[in-house]
Amino acid sequence: MKRTTLDLWVGFFVAIGLASLLFLALKVGSLTPSSSSESYALQARFGNIGGLKVRAPIKSAGVVVGRVKDIRFDQESYLAIVTLDVNANYQFPRDTFATINTSGLLGEQYVGFEAGGDEVMLKSGDVIKKTQDAMVLEKLISQFMYNKASEDDGK
Amino acid sequence: MLEAVLDSIARLGHRVTSRVQRLGRASVFLGATLLGSGTAWRRFSLIVRELYYTGVLSLIIISVSGLFVGMVLGLQLYETLQRFGSGTMIGGVVALSLVRELGPVVAALLFASRAGSAITAEIGLMRATEQLSAMEMMAVDPVARVVAPRFWSGVISMPLLAALFSAIGIFGGYLIAVVLIGVDEGTFWSQMQDSVDFRLDIVNGIIKSCVFGVVVSWIAVFEGFHAAPSAEGVSAATTRTVVTSALAILAADFVLTAFMFTGA
Repeated sequence: MKRTTLDLWVGFFVAIGLASLLFLALKVGSLTPSSSSESYALQARFGNIGGLKVRAPIKSAGVVVGRVKDIRFDQESYLAIVTLDVNANYQFPRDTFATINTSGLLGEQYVGFEAGGDEVMLKSGDVIKKTQDAMVLEKLISQFMYNKASEDDGK
Repeated sequence: MLEAVLDSIARLGHRVTSRVQRLGRASVFLGATLLGSGTAWRRFSLIVRELYYTGVLSLIIISVSGLFVGMVLGLQLYETLQRFGSGTMIGGVVALSLVRELGPVVAALLFASRAGSAITAEIGLMRATEQLSAMEMMAVDPVARVVAPRFWSGVISMPLLAALFSAIGIFGGYLIAVVLIGVDEGTFWSQMQDSVDFRLDIVNGIIKSCVFGVVVSWIAVFEGFHAAPSAEGVSAATTRTVVTSALAILAADFVLTAFMFTGA
């Protein structure tokens, strides 16, 4: 085989390999420049975070506006402190309501933001005051059973 | 009676010591290869020539296997996911299993049987026909001239081939899920992008394939260089390359997976 054809084939091979790596990075792993865009951190305290995980999405009106950065347990208040990384493009009022929701019946859990009416916006490092815990199925069922039993007693 | 017991214990001991000795020789040989790599990197055309044999000639088998593995994954996983009503998760599941495990591991197994065995047979035949001794006579270091370029070409082409395998496998999954079954195309890709993390999944998969590249190339050049200089010797060395590489890849994969994907 001539040297130039050999070089050509090897160059072709390396180009294909690098193209596949690029495909994996951009199309499969969605490593887009915007994913490293600026963000600001908020904190929220929850009595129960259910199955929330680090890197879970934060959605407002169904649109992803950030990701969960860190989850810690506060020894003093016995609450979970969730650090939220919100995209700097989005601002939320100070009385925004943070809830932990589940996408679908068995899907993953995410943090939902419901914007309030306050004029002052949340700044980096602020704590979201109004939160709602994750729904725990067992609690829900036992509550339902309890209500049912008390109803029957009343009759 | 006692004699027979002692005998079998001695045989076991001999087996273990000879294995350990062989591992030691292989490590010394790897060190010598790395030390003798200077020539190969300075005369890069040596590596390019070997890249043609290890990389370019493996393209066909890697792409065809990748396509079929991806299509089978698509069919089988859709079938199972559908039972839980989560058939739309197919994109993420196919991509994760390819990028994390199947891409690096299956590509490495194919690479060991396609390129590793060829390297061993080539170097083994050079040994059998005394070409290596002839080089030594001419004061050409066979480790620097023959072994190092082949070793590095394997190390370079393995991650590229694994990435190609994963990419084509994902395309195969796409063919089955979107074109054949009719999963929504947007859901397929966005589900995939949601579940695949660049740092955790893709970079770890590349690290895995680099490790496999070193392991397979190392075994292939070592077995070839130390093959018994006869027809049987070369054939036994080629077999050993494929078997040892396969076991080493799977063992290394378990260790790497245990480090990378647990506790995350």
